[in-house]
Amino acid sequence: MANKIPRIEAREQDPQMRRANFKEVCLGYTDEEAMLEATRCLQCRNPKCVPACPVNIRIPEFIAKTAQGRFVEAAGIIARDSCLPAVCGRVCPQETQCEGCCILGIKGKPVNIGKLERFVADYNRDHGTVFLTKEPANGRRVAIVGSGPAGLSCAHDLAKNGYEVTIFEALHKAGGVLEYGIPEFRLPKGTVVKYEIDNLKQLGVHIETNVIIGRTLTVDALLDEEAFDAVFIASGAGLPKFMNILGENLNGVVSANEFLTRNNLMRAYEVTSDTPIYIGQRVAVVGGGNVAMDAARSALRLGAEVTVVYRRTEKELPARIEEVHHAKEEGVIFRMLCNPVAVLGDERGWVRGLRCVCMELGDPDESGRRSPVVIPDSEFEMATDMVIMSLGTSPNPLIASTTKGLAIDRRQCVVVDEHGATSRKGVFAGGDIVTGAATVILAMGAGRNAAAAIHRFLTKPAMPSSSID
Amino acid sequence: MSESMCAQASGSKGSGGLIVEKRMLAENIYLMKVYAPRIAKAALPGQFVIVRASEHGERIPLTISDYNAVRGVVTLVTQVVGVSSRLICRKAEGERLTDIAGPLGRPSEFVYKTPAELTSGRWLFVGGGLGAAPVYPQVKWLHAHGATIDVIVGAKSASLLIFQEEMRAVCRTLYIATDDGSAGQKGLVTDVIRRLVEEDRQSYETVVAIGPMIMMKFVAQLAQQYQIPSVVSMNTLMVDGTGMCGACRVTVGGKTQFTCVNGPEFDGALVDFDEAMRRQTMYREIEINGK
Repeated sequence: MANKIPRIEAREQDPQMRRANFKEVCLGYTDEEAMLEATRCLQCRNPKCVPACPVNIRIPEFIAKTAQGRFVEAAGIIARDSCLPAVCGRVCPQETQCEGCCILGIKGKPVNIGKLERFVADYNRDHGTVFLTKEPANGRRVAIVGSGPAGLSCAHDLAKNGYEVTIFEALHKAGGVLEYGIPEFRLPKGTVVKYEIDNLKQLGVHIETNVIIGRTLTVDALLDEEAFDAVFIASGAGLPKFMNILGENLNGVVSANEFLTRNNLMRAYEVTSDTPIYIGQRVAVVGGGNVAMDAARSALRLGAEVTVVYRRTEKELPARIEEVHHAKEEGVIFRMLCNPVAVLGDERGWVRGLRCVCMELGDPDESGRRSPVVIPDSEFEMATDMVIMSLGTSPNPLIASTTKGLAIDRRQCVVVDEHGATSRKGVFAGGDIVTGAATVILAMGAGRNAAAAIHRFLTKPAMPSSSID
Repeated sequence: MSESMCAQASGSKGSGGLIVEKRMLAENIYLMKVYAPRIAKAALPGQFVIVRASEHGERIPLTISDYNAVRGVVTLVTQVVGVSSRLICRKAEGERLTDIAGPLGRPSEFVYKTPAELTSGRWLFVGGGLGAAPVYPQVKWLHAHGATIDVIVGAKSASLLIFQEEMRAVCRTLYIATDDGSAGQKGLVTDVIRRLVEEDRQSYETVVAIGPMIMMKFVAQLAQQYQIPSVVSMNTLMVDGTGMCGACRVTVGGKTQFTCVNGPEFDGALVDFDEAMRRQTMYREIEINGK
């Protein structure tokens, strides 16, 4: 019976309204909607969704409580495995993780696990309790570099295990990509992000902002002078990548990181902010990931006509399906199989257009993806007065270059074993600094994994810390 | 720094931000000593900090003009040029900067040189306008390591000259150039360089120029003409200052570099100054006309 109920989609702000404001797109479930959607879960004896979740949330258990209307208890179940449920419920790519493995998805639509998680987390924030139970203090101190998803989840697990945890954040505000990267309309800062960080502080985690590890202090100093027993490096993605094409340094060409940081961390879209932001009338966003969607939809909300330029087809867009769908609803134009070869400037040095070529998909490359090939004589010009480059990032060299004996690979990423241990004893790493730009939830998984490894390392110091040379 | 302020400051963890001393150096130019013990301990010549003066404030990069690890203070010199610098300059002694983070950027290359390399030839430093302030810790460091340094400080007029006394104490000769001739030689800093090299037959191993980009451009050009290697400190736009936003990118030797992590100091002969000056103006209209 249960799977006869059609999947309930959460209510959303009307696209025509929301394209002019920064308020959250998704309005979430009512209590009744959540309970009804929760009854769709088959409560599989051998659930496929749990192993598909990078932090292994006990999904059927929390959904069962939700179906009974016991929302705070449901939140308690999630809290055992995740410290950021209200964040993950909003930004996880559920379609390739939990929901992608839901049995209901084979013949019909999977349980809306993401929106249920969001509902339960929001309900608990408004009505519930903070889950502060933790082991007694064990006297061991762990330093965490970076307060993004990897750092926060590692801090959470360690604090619960009785460790004294200090997070060092380079920026003036904690949250990492949750603050500077993901826009308000996807992830409200003042309510959701602040609450989750405040919870961690209540759990006893210290957060020191404005400390740049590699500059203000080094990893070596954390171990030798500041007497930390272990360090977890979760400094995140780094320098924005550019295409290395002509005209990329013209005025009006910015990285998605710069555009989003001005808008999100510095809140440039608000009149009260002193940080300026430039917005063109016709904006081209180059790239197809979640960051590109965030940049495109932010530019739209600042009043621009926005075109996403991507060299493969829509099927290959790395962004979450929901983000692409939302962007289209809001009026973002998608120009697929199109690749810029030069940025064109006017006499004042400002961008006036993009010279692009048309592409077609050729044979699959070693990753299995069909690689785009240039169609001969297909060059054309696209008029634009702002270009936002959203091509990913390469790791920030600051920590690798200032930490003795820390192995990095040829992409400049920190090398770790399966437990997150680096080549330096007592130094662990996880998140984008290890994998290159990925997702919030993968970073959280890495943070958890490292927290467990740090716990083993500090309770059984005889165990070899790493197999990495 | 008063004792009570010290006590107050040391009560706070982290980077502090308490302004323990503030002085006006010239019209619209202020010196502030800020309690930031970790930054003061880690700082080396050539580095900068990011400062915010209010909750809604911009992140503003400021070069470090001096640092004292024992007292835990860094010295910042700021000139009122826009909204954010005015906010910083309005802060009074005893007040706090909302945020101060650093030291950022790579230290000057010379801090990695051997004593023999430091003393093998003479150094020429050129500070234009506010640029005299970041020149000072470099000259001071080199002086302490036995190097011989000549310094040229340029300003519009005598009333805008800063750091003269401090500089005299650490260099061999201080040369002054003012646009209106109210102090030192009338003219530009490049006029002084020409005189030193062509008339006085001085030879220099390195020229370091810090100041407005247009000044650094012409000093670098002249240095190249004399076949003297030059170093310039780029004061580009920045948002985070830690290697994340890319606003600070400059073309150096045909390659894009990030000022905040690869710089701020670059080989003056290789910097594309025209591009850098153009990029500096990107937000100027918005800053003037408001949002």
